Amino acid sequence: MGNPMTEQTQTSETQSSPRSEAGQKPDIIRVEGMHKWYGDFHVLKDLNLNVKQGERIVICGPSGSGKSTFIRCLNRLEEHQQGKIIVDEVELTDDVRHIDTVRREVGMVFQHFNLFPHLTVLENCCLSPIWVRKIPRKEAEASAMEYLERVKIPDQANKFPGQLSGGQQQRVAIARALCMKPKIMLFDEPTSALDPEMIKEVLDVMIELAGSGMTMLCVTHEMGFAKTVADRVIFMDGGEIVEEAPPHEFFTNPQEARTQKFLKQILQH
Amino acid sequence: MTESTMKPPKKVLSPVNWMRQHLFSTWYNALLTVVVGYLIVTSVGPLLNWVFFDANFQGSDPSDCSGAGACWLFINQRLNFFIYGFYPDELQWRVDFMFLLLAVSFVPQFIERFPGRKWLGIFGMTGLPLIGFFLIPGGSFGLEQVESTKWGGLMLTLILAYIGIIASLPIGTLLALGRRSEMPIIRGLCVVFIEVWRAVPLITVLFMASVMLPLFLPEGMNFEKLARALIGITLWQSAYMAEVIRGGLQAIPRGQYEAADALGLGYWRKMGLIVLPQALKLVIPGIVNTFIALFKDTTLVLIIGLFDILGTVQSTVTDPAWQNVAVEGYVFVAFCFWVFCFGISQYSQKLERKLDTGHKT
Ligand SMILES: Nc1ncnc2c1ncn2[C@@H]1O[C@H](COP(=O)(O)OP(=O)(O)O)[C@@H](O)[C@H]1O
Ligand SMILES: [Mg+2]
Repeated sequence: MGNPMTEQTQTSETQSSPRSEAGQKPDIIRVEGMHKWYGDFHVLKDLNLNVKQGERIVICGPSGSGKSTFIRCLNRLEEHQQGKIIVDEVELTDDVRHIDTVRREVGMVFQHFNLFPHLTVLENCCLSPIWVRKIPRKEAEASAMEYLERVKIPDQANKFPGQLSGGQQQRVAIARALCMKPKIMLFDEPTSALDPEMIKEVLDVMIELAGSGMTMLCVTHEMGFAKTVADRVIFMDGGEIVEEAPPHEFFTNPQEARTQKFLKQILQH
Repeated sequence: MTESTMKPPKKVLSPVNWMRQHLFSTWYNALLTVVVGYLIVTSVGPLLNWVFFDANFQGSDPSDCSGAGACWLFINQRLNFFIYGFYPDELQWRVDFMFLLLAVSFVPQFIERFPGRKWLGIFGMTGLPLIGFFLIPGGSFGLEQVESTKWGGLMLTLILAYIGIIASLPIGTLLALGRRSEMPIIRGLCVVFIEVWRAVPLITVLFMASVMLPLFLPEGMNFEKLARALIGITLWQSAYMAEVIRGGLQAIPRGQYEAADALGLGYWRKMGLIVLPQALKLVIPGIVNTFIALFKDTTLVLIIGLFDILGTVQSTVTDPAWQNVAVEGYVFVAFCFWVFCFGISQYSQKLERKLDTGHKT
């Protein structure tokens, strides 16, 4: 996908990290032979995935296939037991400092928004910049307002999350994650809890974000979004990555039987 | 969208209709109304007579009480003792000053838009106890020392309750967090602490503090009985508080913790900025309930020889010079407790309404 914005971000990125070879985007996420168990239950089996700076990846698969668990491992909301996860050159281990470093670089948007109900929209957005990045309040608020404008709800800044619609809340959640100026954004079914008429407003924001060159991993069943935005679609089933392909190939010519079956099911509707 | 001008239908009942609907709707409701009405009419009159119309407020000695109504003269005469215990008269301004600070810190909390009332409240929780710590006992800054054995009455009740309340909140919070900690040692210690203290009646704690503790402490470390009682009350209250707060912590959805983690807030900021503000808000009724219970439980210090307001009243109503003033005495004590406990309750309800930001996650 030739996107001028992507090009731009990449150049600045190349300057800031001299290790990356010229002309080739560095792998910002590397997952190698990763396994995870819940007790005796083997949820994730030998996952391998490299994500390049600026890549947009859509993860789909039937319910219970481990999609959420997988992306939650990427910012250590869940712990993996075997294999390696390296995010922006930092390996995720038990080391709390590593975890903190990674979490600063990775924003996350949840299915159920998880906004803080006792704080206003603006306070939700400023919290982390102020307390983690130690940015002065004034500056943090100004920057938060920019992001709220970007998700098209600056006028709701002083309301509480409970006063907003689902779609608005999810856009606040996206703005809140962006306020940390992350390099990577993770989305876990961001539109699944929304009424149909609100899905579009959230997807529009995500498409705009994709256009700006953000590295994105989205668990979603919005196949239209996958087709327009994704560089790669990953299909998971039973805790394994069954198939990965560019969207066009993935939708027109899936290789695996399980993928074909899944696509048939969701495209029927 | 056009603004609808339709108003919801109003229900207006004439007094007669209201009575017919609420008081006399069936024959047994009518009967109940009549019986209860009769009881109210026959009891309220005599009660008012006893409390106000036939009561004696003025005078100088027991013979001025005519006997028909309440002898408030007794309360009036011994008020100094009921408020200050044996605190020397000429030094009572210190206690009065603390009462004033207490009022200045907390009365504005009931007045919406009182300038800086938040800071007054914070002062009440921090500066006020600190000032009291030096002012009431004296012995420093050139203030004459007043032994804690001389403290008593309402002042002692307030000291016990106030310290118990403001110290148990932070300790209880830490214990509650500890009990939910992922570190087994911390969790174990907190569980043991809470379960041990909570399983013991306050009376036992006070006995232990006043009789047993000195036996275990090394020579020369024998600090005052009041201090020991305070420590006992605080730790006991903290165990209760911990469980109340833990209830709140458990009610916070996992998504809140995860969102805080994903933002990289770290344990203390996650708890302090996200989880505790919501959890404490949820359990305000429970917290206030334990506060009020403690306020009344402080009367138990009587058994270790401390004279709180109940103790001072109890020791005077048996004074042979005054006859049959026990009822007046206990009514007075009950009224004092009611004023403070009702105040706490009202404030908490105000706080709940103020902190309500609408919806839950
Ligand atoms: N905390 C947990 N403890 C035990 N099992 C879990 C836990 N979370 C998820 N699982 C199980 O792991 C599997 C994968 O879950 P999840 O990653 O949420 O799937 P998906 O997001 O693809 O629907 C499911 O079978 C689920 O029941
Ligand atoms: Mg899921």
